[in-house]
Amino acid sequence: MAEFIVFWIMAVVALGAAISMVLMRNAVHAALMLVINFFAIAVLFAVLEAQFLAIVQVIVYAGAVVVLFLFVLMLLGVSRTQTFSDRIRGQGVAAVTVGVILLVALVPAIAGPYLGADAVCPAAADAAQASGSLCAGLAAVNAQEGGNVAAVGRVLFTDYVLPFEITSVLLVIAALGALVLGRRHEDPADLVDQLQTVEDVEAEEARA
Amino acid sequence: MTAAVPAGMYLALAAALFTVGAVGVLVRRNLIVMFMCIELMLNSVNLTLVTFSRIHGNVDGQVLSFFTIVVAAAEVTVGLALIVNLFRLKASSDADDVDALRY
Repeated sequence: MAEFIVFWIMAVVALGAAISMVLMRNAVHAALMLVINFFAIAVLFAVLEAQFLAIVQVIVYAGAVVVLFLFVLMLLGVSRTQTFSDRIRGQGVAAVTVGVILLVALVPAIAGPYLGADAVCPAAADAAQASGSLCAGLAAVNAQEGGNVAAVGRVLFTDYVLPFEITSVLLVIAALGALVLGRRHEDPADLVDQLQTVEDVEAEEARA
Repeated sequence: MTAAVPAGMYLALAAALFTVGAVGVLVRRNLIVMFMCIELMLNSVNLTLVTFSRIHGNVDGQVLSFFTIVVAAAEVTVGLALIVNLFRLKASSDADDVDALRY
């Protein structure tokens, strides 16, 4: 019963925040809607017995990623609000049509086999096996390792230790890449400014 | 039985969130908002992975979801640096202004 209530509240919040994020004219408001969506999905992770990922979701996405988005938005000073007048005629209508087709194809394909009553996941594994449920009981696996964090940690540092190490290399490369891209000197923009000034000078000379 | 949530409902919610993100990428022209929509799509796939992890009763899906979060964080770093550079170049964050391979 508790899962039912939490799921439906968080589903409405997540979908509502996502849709209003797309519709928000101000990019800062869109980022704030994104935070609400990330928090709702973090709650759903916790309901799905993935407590570690729920915390990581809040720290990494709601904490780091959205703050980075807001930093860039403030840095660029994008205060101009976007109008929805399309440069391609009927782009919005076509996009929504494609979206509806995508949804109609996705839901039966992914969710279809798991919508029945036998796909309800009980908390205990033996209860799942007794009722012939599709769910094998993640709660039992978590309890066996002494908690979800320990279970994820054991799998992460045994079966997936090589991908984990490669991930650290990826993060270093990303940080270095952002540093190189963010450098001010030898900036292409300065080049463009110089070119424009040269052109301006030539134009003035031609006029004179 | 009315008070139970089948695992398919989580998958349907994830599919709906993915669709909203995809439509957002198609509709919006602000590069940063398009990027946010991509994050939304990545996150909905994470929800799918965690749901399947629960259905199958092992944590491999959660580990894969963890890797997705890490890669998404790296992607945001580089992508936002690229957007800042584009803004310096064109003084605009509109996707329609970035339609040439050279400047």
